[in-house]
Amino acid sequence: MNIGDRGLRLLSGLALFVVLAAILAIFGLVVVEGAGALSWRMLVEAPSSDLATGGVMPAIYGTAACTLLMTVAGVPVGVATAVYLAEYAPRRSRFATAVRAAVRILAGVPSIVFGLFGLGFFVLFVGKSIDGLFYRDAASPVFGRPALLWSSLTLAVLTLPVVIVTTEEAIRRVPRELREASYALGATQLTTIGRVVLPHARAGILTGVVLAVSRGAGEVAPILFTGVANYLPRIPTDVRDGFMHLGYHVYVLATQAPDVDRARAMVFGTVLVLLVLTFVLDAAALLLRARAHRGTRS
Amino acid sequence: MSTSRKPRRRFRRSLGERIAERALALVAASAIGAITLILVFVVREALPLFWDGHEGLALAAPHRYPNYDHPVYVWQPVGYPPKYGVVPLFVGTLKITGLAMAISTPLSLLAAIYVAELMRPRRRAWIKPIIELVAGVPSVVLGFIALTYIAGATQDLLGCTYRLNALVAAIALSLAVLPVIFTVAEDALHGVPLALREASLALGARRYQTVTRVVLPAALPGILAALVLGFGRAIGETMIVLMASGNAAVLDPSPTSSARTLTATIAAELGESPRGSEHWRVLFLLGMILLLITWALDAVGRIVVRRLARRLDPSTDEGA
Amino acid sequence: MTAKIETRDLSTYYREKAALKGVTLSIPERRVTALIGPSGCGKSTFLRTLNRMHELSEGVRVTGQVYLDGEDIFAPHVDPVEVRRKVGMVFQRSNPFPKSIFENVAYGLRVAGERDRAVLERCVRESLEAAALWDEVKDRLHESALELSGGQQQRLCVARAVAVRPEVLLMDEPASALDPIATARIEELIVTLKEKYTIVLVTHSMQEARRISDQAAFLYLGEMIEVAPTLELFESPREPRTQEYLRGRFG
Repeated sequence: MNIGDRGLRLLSGLALFVVLAAILAIFGLVVVEGAGALSWRMLVEAPSSDLATGGVMPAIYGTAACTLLMTVAGVPVGVATAVYLAEYAPRRSRFATAVRAAVRILAGVPSIVFGLFGLGFFVLFVGKSIDGLFYRDAASPVFGRPALLWSSLTLAVLTLPVVIVTTEEAIRRVPRELREASYALGATQLTTIGRVVLPHARAGILTGVVLAVSRGAGEVAPILFTGVANYLPRIPTDVRDGFMHLGYHVYVLATQAPDVDRARAMVFGTVLVLLVLTFVLDAAALLLRARAHRGTRS
Repeated sequence: MSTSRKPRRRFRRSLGERIAERALALVAASAIGAITLILVFVVREALPLFWDGHEGLALAAPHRYPNYDHPVYVWQPVGYPPKYGVVPLFVGTLKITGLAMAISTPLSLLAAIYVAELMRPRRRAWIKPIIELVAGVPSVVLGFIALTYIAGATQDLLGCTYRLNALVAAIALSLAVLPVIFTVAEDALHGVPLALREASLALGARRYQTVTRVVLPAALPGILAALVLGFGRAIGETMIVLMASGNAAVLDPSPTSSARTLTATIAAELGESPRGSEHWRVLFLLGMILLLITWALDAVGRIVVRRLARRLDPSTDEGA
Repeated sequence: MTAKIETRDLSTYYREKAALKGVTLSIPERRVTALIGPSGCGKSTFLRTLNRMHELSEGVRVTGQVYLDGEDIFAPHVDPVEVRRKVGMVFQRSNPFPKSIFENVAYGLRVAGERDRAVLERCVRESLEAAALWDEVKDRLHESALELSGGQQQRLCVARAVAVRPEVLLMDEPASALDPIATARIEELIVTLKEKYTIVLVTHSMQEARRISDQAAFLYLGEMIEVAPTLELFESPREPRTQEYLRGRFG
């Protein structure tokens, strides 16, 4: 083989090897130690007051509740936006260009800025306004404080671009002939979208939703000031309550636990739960995406 | 007149259809609304700094505080008097981001070249998703990994004075940035038409010549977009730097000294600062600056990429 | 007439499926040899084995021999890159690099290590002249090649191929994506090029083969059915399958 070719192969192969080896080594270590630390008790119990023993059940629940609320609030908006962009907006319309630019910029906003926004807008503006209107006599703020609701809404805004971009792509991949067949049978645009386009793009849309859920479940910075709680060893029953969260729990355990060594098993267990959660979601998204692409190609 | 009006009416779209379109457009506008609200509500908390009589804040200029013999750049918001020199935070941000880019750019681009150009398609089909999966790892997990594994390893290897420092954060940060750059760059390389590779090889070019002279230049806009995206992700990343950088706001260019970034400063301090205080407003100002940086990055990136694409192929049209 | 290229019992397999079945063909020097046959008959596959471009597709296997000036190009010590420098190729769709006109033509020389600007300039000019493109582009050599028309782009690809000074030019339906006027220019070009080069032309157009080739070979389902001087093949084909194809029964 030529020496230049050999050099290229060696250099780039080495880079790939380093990347893969680093990934495997690091995550291998985490998974091994995490699996040793994880126990059934951890999944079903509440943590002790110093967080070092007990379980992470409230954090699992909080993460799930927060992500669920986020999905309910964000996905319909994202899908509707994507439908508008893909089906209605004229290719070069100013409005569509502006929406696309907004989506792109939104995707690039640092997550901590979403935290500031969530605090400034949802908690202090919306929440305080509600309190001012309806809870004038309450001794302490009812809506105007960090809460599950505000964290979820902040994350819904953060994950909006993921849903919009993947859904629009999925809708655009629906073959034109299918739409035309529907129109030729006298269906209206709305019927065509509802009965032909969206069902056909189902796998692609679901990919976007799953990706958004995975992203939302792992983000910590946006919820720091909008609702997450350090220690709240019960299941939150009200969206106006604070909540525990797996990602934040990892942060607290790893950096602020009074006795880091005693908390080591807890933090590894929590990391593993979080890692498995996002891996499963992302792997599902990859499989769905592969299916969506195959589906439209044949 | 009246005869020509009737049929037009009959073919008009139904009321429901028109309402649906309007409603969807309204929802679509929410993306614009969101970005506007973000800007407005971050600025709203930050701007009073400039007219509510906060003189002598010395944000960007060196300042001579009592008990100092010469003007300094210091970030020490809880000291007396509070010192809000943001320069150390910018230096820290640039140091960590620059290091992370220096680590991840060559690794991810070379790996992308291997996967796109030299790997068999079947193997590519499963290697790529593995790296993409890493892009989804929550940054708090990467921060934890930096804390438990990377910090110790770099200290053993380099004998750093501080266990947590800019380099540790940068290594963990490159784990977050690497898959982003890799994926986008690999797509760009893979998207270069096979016909160009064939033309080059048929002219007696070697593989490496084809890669460096044809494929890389043709994929350059996409590769640049990948780097801009990676840089944006690195500069905005919070949890990793918060957990791994040591967080001391020092003016020290050494990679093994501690560093404090803009994002980590907000994350660490906002919880403790009273609403509406000077400190609080300065933190929101940092958020506003971050917002503007990412905005500018997006704009500059797009202009450069578009220009490059047009230079490669002048027949491409403007809008796309 | 000496043979420039000879194939002997040449077969190719994609995975286990045979695309070419034992093709033996002698290609005379400085003549145009046309390969005709219905699409999917293996014309392009055959062409790509002549400069070892087939190796770029995964899962392709070759048996038999290809002799270039009597030397087996599949012999273990042979460098495919050296083969490709002797056997140039023009593709079905024009594929100029997204570089300037000058850089497109100079590319083959540059990758072969030529650095002398004067040599490059002279060669670019000669090649563009040989491809009958010089007069149209001499004032804009440093503009992007992608601004040329489709026909000009294809002639640029011809110039790019001859710039390396190959001995053989393989052309895979070079005019199929062009309009009639541009096609006529490419055909004229091929006729002038055969003074210097051995040309193997794949074409789906019977008229084109008839107009410009000296020898024609008919391939069907991977087999070489008949090869003869062009006039002979078209006027009095011996094989019934050739007769049927020329009469338009299948194809």
